[in-house]
Amino acid sequence: MGIAEFFQHFMNGLTLGGIYALIALGYTMVYGILKFINFAHGDVLMAGAYVGLFAFNALRGDANLGLWTLVAFFLAMLISMVFSATLGMTIERIAYKPLRKATRLAPLLSAIGVSFILSNSAAWMFGTHSRKFDYPFDNTPIHIGDVVITPHQILILTVSLAMMLILKLFIDKTRMGKAMRATSLDQGTAMLMGINVNRVISLTFAIGSALAAVGGILIALDFKVYATMGTMTGLKAFVAAVVGGIGNISGAMFGGILLGLLETFGVAIFGIPTGLKDTIAFGVLILILLVKPEGLFGKVEKEKV
Amino acid sequence: MFNFFLLILIYSGIYALMAIGQNVITGYGGMLSLTQAGFFAIGSYATAILATRYGFSFWATLPVAVLISAFFGFLIGLPTLRLKGDYLAIATLGFGEIVRNVLNNWDSLTNGPMGIQRIPMPDLFGFTINPYRKYAFLVMVFVFVGIAYFLFQRLARSRMGRALTAIREDEIAAQAMGINITKYKVYAFVLGASVAGVAGSLQAVFTLSVTPTTYTFMVSVMVLCMVVLGGMGNFKASILGAFLIQFISYFPQLTGLSSVIPAQFKQILFGLILVVMMIWRPQGILGREQTRYRKRAVSSKGGGK
Repeated sequence: MGIAEFFQHFMNGLTLGGIYALIALGYTMVYGILKFINFAHGDVLMAGAYVGLFAFNALRGDANLGLWTLVAFFLAMLISMVFSATLGMTIERIAYKPLRKATRLAPLLSAIGVSFILSNSAAWMFGTHSRKFDYPFDNTPIHIGDVVITPHQILILTVSLAMMLILKLFIDKTRMGKAMRATSLDQGTAMLMGINVNRVISLTFAIGSALAAVGGILIALDFKVYATMGTMTGLKAFVAAVVGGIGNISGAMFGGILLGLLETFGVAIFGIPTGLKDTIAFGVLILILLVKPEGLFGKVEKEKV
Repeated sequence: MFNFFLLILIYSGIYALMAIGQNVITGYGGMLSLTQAGFFAIGSYATAILATRYGFSFWATLPVAVLISAFFGFLIGLPTLRLKGDYLAIATLGFGEIVRNVLNNWDSLTNGPMGIQRIPMPDLFGFTINPYRKYAFLVMVFVFVGIAYFLFQRLARSRMGRALTAIREDEIAAQAMGINITKYKVYAFVLGASVAGVAGSLQAVFTLSVTPTTYTFMVSVMVLCMVVLGGMGNFKASILGAFLIQFISYFPQLTGLSSVIPAQFKQILFGLILVVMMIWRPQGILGREQTRYRKRAVSSKGGGK
C-alpha cells in the first residue's frame, strides 16, 4: 500500500469515526449519569435525520445549489437538533424517569421498548423505503496529490470537531457543566449541594440527542434516511463509547475515531469481506470487554456492597 | 382459518421453548441476554445442514443442534463473567448479529441469503410428521414444551435454581455465601441456548426451509417480551407470554383486519408492552414464582437485579 492510499483510507476512516464519536457522546453522557444504556439513542438519531431531511427540503424549495442551500442545511440541522433534544427529554420523562429507583434491568427493557416504538412508528409513518438526502453543496471530490477528499468529508470533520469542542468547553468551563460532572460522580451528594438533578438529567438527554441528530444528518448525506438507520449506527457508536471507556467524554471521541479507522482499514488492509464489515465493531467490543472492560480511558470501579 | 389458528399454536410452542430459555437467563439469572435469535438460528441451521447434506434424520440432528447451540451458549456465557448487565445486553445483541451476518455470507455452508430448502420432514416409527397436516406437528411441539417445562421447573427448584436466584438478588452476597458465580452464570447461558437450539430445530422442520431473514433481532425482542409480559422467574408465565405475544402478533390476520392495521402494529405494540410493563407491572402478569419458604418474605417487587 502506497502512502497516498494509506492517507485515503485514513481520511475515510477519520470521517466515519467523527460521526461515530458524535453519537457515542450521547451514550457515554447518559451512562455517566444514569448508569444505563439508552438503547433508544440510535432511533433518536433516525428521527433527527428525518426531521432534518424534511426541514431541509421545505426550506430549500427548488433553489439550486448555492449559498442558500448551505444556509438552509444548517438551519435544518438546527431545527432537527431542537426537535431531537425535545424528543430525548420526553423519552426520559416518560419511559426512564419512573424507573430510576427500579431494578437495573427495568430501564434497559424500557429503553429497548422505546427503540422499537420509535423505529417502527417511523416505518409506519414514512414508509420503509429509504429517502435521499441531497448534498447542500457541490460534492465534487477535491484532489490533493493522490488523495481524494469530498467536501462532505470536510463538512463532517469540521462539524463534528466543532461540536465536540463546544461540548468539551461546556462541560469543563460552565456552571451547568460542573453540575453535570458532579451529578455523574455522586447523584446523592450533588442533590444535597443544591443541584437540580432532574434538570441535569434532562439536559444530558437533550445534549446527547441533539448531537445524535447532527450525526444522523451527516450520515444521511451518504447513506440516505430510513427507519432502521439508527440501529446499526447506534450500536457501533455504543461500541465506540465502550472502547473509549464508557462515561468518559474524551474517551468516546477517541473511541469513535478509532472504530472508524479500524473499520476502514479492516476492509482495506486485512481483507475482511465488506459483507462482514459490521462484524468488526462487535469483534472489537467483545475483545475490549474481555481484555479491558473499563475501556481505554475508563476508571476501574470497585463494586461496593 | 382453523388451520391458521393451529399455525399460531405451533409457533407459540416453538417460541415458548425459547422463552423458557430466556427465562433461565433473564428471569432467574438476572442477565439481560438479547441473543435467543442467534441460538435459534444455530439450531435451525444445524438441523437444516445435517439433514440436507449428510442425510441425518431429524432425531439425529436434534442432539447435534442442541450441542452446537450449547457450545455457543458457553462461548457467549464466558465473557459474562466480566460483563455487567448493560454490556452483556449489547455483547449478546452483537453476537446475534454476527450469527446472522455469518449465515448470510458463508455461502458454501449456509447457501447465503438463499437459505436451505427441502429439509426432510421428521419421521417417527414410520409415521411422517407432516407440517402441512398440523395436528401431529402440534402434538410433537407441545411434547417438547412439556418436557422442557418439566425439566426446567425441577431445575429451578434445585440447588442451581436457588444459586441463580441468589446471584440475581445480590452477586456479592451470593459470592460470600460460597456460590460459584461464574459456573452458574455459564450454566444458565448454556441451558438457555440449548433449549433455543431445540426450538430452532423444530422451526427448521416446520417451515422445511431456512433463510437468514427469519432470525432477526426482532425475534430476540419478541422472546424477551414474552418473558417480561408473563412474569420473570416463572416458567408457566413464560409459556403464557409466548401464547399471548404470538396471538397479538397475528391479531391483524386473525381478525381479517390486516388491510386496516399497519404492518408495524405488532412491533410498536411490543415496544409499548415493554415500557408499560416496566412502569406499571414489572413483575409481569403472573409474577415471580415463589417457593414456599419465600412466600412470606418476598415483597411485590419484581424484576431482577
